[in-house]
Amino acid sequence: MHKLLKDAPGSHFLLLGNEAIARGALEAGVAFATCYPGTPSSEIPEQFLNISRETDLYFEYSVNEKVAMEVAAGAATAGLRTIVTMKHVGLNVAADPLMTLAYVGVKGGMVIVNADDPSLFSSQNEQDNRYYARLSGLPMLEPTNTQEMKDFTIAAFDLSEKLELPVILRTTTRINHIRGDVAFGALKPRKTKDVFKKNPFRFVTVPAVSRNLHKMLLEKFDKALAIANDSPFNSVTGTGPWGIVTSGVSYDYVLDAVKDLHIEDKVSILRLGFSWPMPKALCKGFMKKVDKVLVVEELEPIVENDLRAIAQEEGISIKIKGKGVAGLSRLFEYDPGMVRQAVATYFSKEYKAPVPVDLSAVPPLPGRPPNLCAGCPHRATYYAIKQAFGKDAIHPTDIGCYTLGLLPPISMADFLICMGSSVSSACGFSRATDQKVAAFIGDSTFFHSGITGLINAVHNNHKFTLVILDNGTTAMTGHQPNPGVDAKAMGLDGTRVSIVEIVRACGVKDIHVVKPFKVAKTIEAAKAARDYDGLSVIISEEYCPMFAKAIGERKKSRPFQVNHGKCKNHRDCINLIACPAMYLDGEQVEIKKDLCIGCSVCAQICPENAILPLKE
Amino acid sequence: METKRIVFVGVGGQGNLLTSRLLGEAALSAGIPTVVSEIHGMAQRGGIVESAVLLGDVTSPIVSNGEADVLVGFEPVETLRALMRCNGNSVVIANTRPLPPFTVSIGQGKYPPIDETLNMIRKRVKRLIAIDGNGLAEEAGNPLSLNMVMLGALIGSGTIPVMAEQMKAVISSSTKKAFLDSNLKAFDLGMEKAR
Repeated sequence: MHKLLKDAPGSHFLLLGNEAIARGALEAGVAFATCYPGTPSSEIPEQFLNISRETDLYFEYSVNEKVAMEVAAGAATAGLRTIVTMKHVGLNVAADPLMTLAYVGVKGGMVIVNADDPSLFSSQNEQDNRYYARLSGLPMLEPTNTQEMKDFTIAAFDLSEKLELPVILRTTTRINHIRGDVAFGALKPRKTKDVFKKNPFRFVTVPAVSRNLHKMLLEKFDKALAIANDSPFNSVTGTGPWGIVTSGVSYDYVLDAVKDLHIEDKVSILRLGFSWPMPKALCKGFMKKVDKVLVVEELEPIVENDLRAIAQEEGISIKIKGKGVAGLSRLFEYDPGMVRQAVATYFSKEYKAPVPVDLSAVPPLPGRPPNLCAGCPHRATYYAIKQAFGKDAIHPTDIGCYTLGLLPPISMADFLICMGSSVSSACGFSRATDQKVAAFIGDSTFFHSGITGLINAVHNNHKFTLVILDNGTTAMTGHQPNPGVDAKAMGLDGTRVSIVEIVRACGVKDIHVVKPFKVAKTIEAAKAARDYDGLSVIISEEYCPMFAKAIGERKKSRPFQVNHGKCKNHRDCINLIACPAMYLDGEQVEIKKDLCIGCSVCAQICPENAILPLKE
Repeated sequence: METKRIVFVGVGGQGNLLTSRLLGEAALSAGIPTVVSEIHGMAQRGGIVESAVLLGDVTSPIVSNGEADVLVGFEPVETLRALMRCNGNSVVIANTRPLPPFTVSIGQGKYPPIDETLNMIRKRVKRLIAIDGNGLAEEAGNPLSLNMVMLGALIGSGTIPVMAEQMKAVISSSTKKAFLDSNLKAFDLGMEKAR
């Protein structure tokens, strides 16, 4: 039995924050879960996938976040308790349904889990999605620790049903990936079917309907505001004159700072767990009782400015500050030492920070950047494309493991802004320059948002080459399925959608399906695609070796070794391919046999044929 | 209850995330308030992996620079790189076996000599416990049990309030049978070395 299905109220477990959210959903009787995976949210749907194998919970990896949101919206409107999870930039993709779903609302509780990524541990930006609550008018909850991640999820379902509105549960990487003590509650039975009752004057958002719905949303907002003002998730502790307002993981840092500085009797802390609508009356009362306010919030000064607005309206003239106090900035995540220093500085409390060891005399250490794995087929595809396109071609790229093609010696990533941007930006680059353009996109990202760009390229007669790197899985986020995978090999029952058939159906005339470990043939195909006067697509098919191993599909191949008698030290292998299985022993290139998977790409490019299979 | 801040650093594949999770489990079973933090993401692709375990009277899930009580380093250069987490009073437990990064393998950087690396650590902190973790793991009969050696060394160092028996109980309940004996042996070898 899955550990999150234990019917053990009162028992304590050490759970990952993301596991705690999944458990909370189960305790709330969630019946329907959708997502598109993305760090730091990916472990939530991973739980649902496994739980759905042994229960009647419905779960799907949707094709992208917009689709996930709309699938969930349908189920919630029909009356089921529904959860949808995504990373912060995923909510951009889902922003269109989000904004009008707020108008029509839901019947069954619907929780939108949004995982922000301050410090950009694995994202292209660090946007602050608290703005989405303000933009959409939807309530937002912000938990602080693993127990709250479970408890707030349950509360979010109840709140959602009460208001008939989706509720956003906002986390940050730091709390998604903590492990802490969680006390289990009782599991609620799931309602997995309901009957949809038609009501076009609520659910069909033509202008005449939506004018009325917008009014209703504002009325619901007032209700939510009243609940926020009395919510136990918004609390004031302490009675001192030094006010601190905080939320999310910053609350943890504030609690430690106050204790470490021994100022418990001097401070009052307002913690915003039900952070939108901003509990105005509570904030007003708080600001009237303190002498000054320090706001401790990561990323944008949102609470800080909201408090200023409330203070202005209420004629409160105390000092309110957050950004700019000691190290508190709009950049990156906070840490305990930074917050302790800021509290000490703002309230003029003497404090000596621990002194980190002095490393100024330590010589620079060799870097350890992440790297494509040994035997990664992307490396082989990049090599072949470079042989055909040379160094001056433009390479728009996309989001996945293959973004590591940015690093030398591959150095074939020139432009990246978001999922799917490789295809559409290539349309622009190819029109605006006379340079050759070869764009890269992975299989999962192609399904996510590459197809519309491809149709655009066909229709508008753009001329470039799109390389679809099909490694049979969503490798970057942990080998989740996508519509192109062999679901049966993963023990799933999804129907496989053929990439080549889609490409053909989009109207592409020049299509090359290659096996990248066949180097000469792949180069030949790349040259033909390069010379084609129009839009060409190369589909490079080879399993991610780690995924192949996991599903028992990796073919046994002998590792390779360098024959010293034949090797003339050209080093094309290490200089052009740079597989992590290679290393220099003095001046001699060698291959680590425990890392080499026998893909033979280096052997095929060696000008002396000096790389040969290891003899048994 | 006294607060202890422990930072683990290693390279993807060395198993330090499992180590911090098991320590968290053991602390929880011992009734010690615990929070563990991990950074996921690029770990599978040969990058640096850092995790932290905070025990006792503390709420924050991470350790600021200069605030680690103990740094457990699975790889010498990564231990030195993470040393800014430490102060003059910290204890460092370091595996001495290098795992040169790929940049070094292909001649784009130099891996500093191990003795110099360890000396740079030793003279900056209160105590350095340097052990050949991989050697002990091999001695235990399972080269992949480096993380158990390091966990044993952490317990053996006497720097944290988790007992060996509590730790072993958690290892026993979360290890596959085939690896249990070698894992426990690796734990014991690490513990003896660090005493």
